[in-house]
Amino acid sequence: MEISLAAEQVAHLGPLPITNSMILSWIVSAGLILVTTFSLRNLKSIPSGIQNFFETIVEALFNLANSILDDEKATKKYFALVATIFIFIVTNNWIGLVPGVGSIGITEHGKFIPLLRGANADLNTTLALAIVAVIAIQIFGVAAIGTFKYAKKFINFNGPINFFIGIIELISEFAKMISFSFRLFGNIFAGEVLLTIVAFLVPLIAPLPFFALEIFVGAVQALVFSMLILVFIKMAITDVSH
Amino acid sequence: MEPTTGISPEVVKMIAAAATIAIGAIGPALAIGMIGSKGLEAIGRNPEAAGKVQTSMVLGLAFAEAIAIYALVIALIVKFV
Repeated sequence: MEISLAAEQVAHLGPLPITNSMILSWIVSAGLILVTTFSLRNLKSIPSGIQNFFETIVEALFNLANSILDDEKATKKYFALVATIFIFIVTNNWIGLVPGVGSIGITEHGKFIPLLRGANADLNTTLALAIVAVIAIQIFGVAAIGTFKYAKKFINFNGPINFFIGIIELISEFAKMISFSFRLFGNIFAGEVLLTIVAFLVPLIAPLPFFALEIFVGAVQALVFSMLILVFIKMAITDVSH
Repeated sequence: MEPTTGISPEVVKMIAAAATIAIGAIGPALAIGMIGSKGLEAIGRNPEAAGKVQTSMVLGLAFAEAIAIYALVIALIVKFV
């Protein structure tokens, strides 16, 4: 039973190593793009079939964003990025549970290297999402209230206490990146380790409740990631000047 | 000079990994319990605000759970790296 914290490299593209989680995230991204492009041609006013399915998802996510941001104009601006991150994370988490991911692989130098691995079980993917999210929050904040007012949240010369609060806010932006990435990585990787160990101990029937738990955790972590981004966007676009 | 008796590094690694997650999960478990109880109390007092309370409660739960995940990641690093 081999558990590797880092995603294993399976190929090289010139100087760039390609890991198994990278391959799965490409497959998922290509799948999402193809499914949406080919099923959303000829949009009808009264939806039916697969257009109905996608409209349900979009409406649910829009209502979630609206309930947190409380402003329909703002929701229309920021909803696209957050919904995409949500769909990307939840699809990757669920595809990571499909039989074959983590079990089909090659044996190299006596070590077993799976060809596919859940994309969010790799700290690189989650860190990339976290960096994108935090930079997007800064850009949205600057775009909403202006550079000067946004910078005043972090660099505030109004008094010694406010100055230190500003510094702590600045550090907490980096803490958000770490917190986002480790929360998602820890949950999904721990889930994979749990499934591996349970399947190793009792291969028949006993893993079933753990698969159910992982499906639930995959969806909840995607939801938490998106909701946290929305809450931080709301805090970033609020003008707190007196 | 390597000691010939005493506790071996593998054993210390195992104990460290187990202790990290065992002790590291106490705080978040208490925190999540408190957040959940206060959230339910708030919903019970004012069922109309259930949506808003639920959203904030899930948010608080995510932050508290993240601390347990940090402990888990350190335990995994100690065990597998």
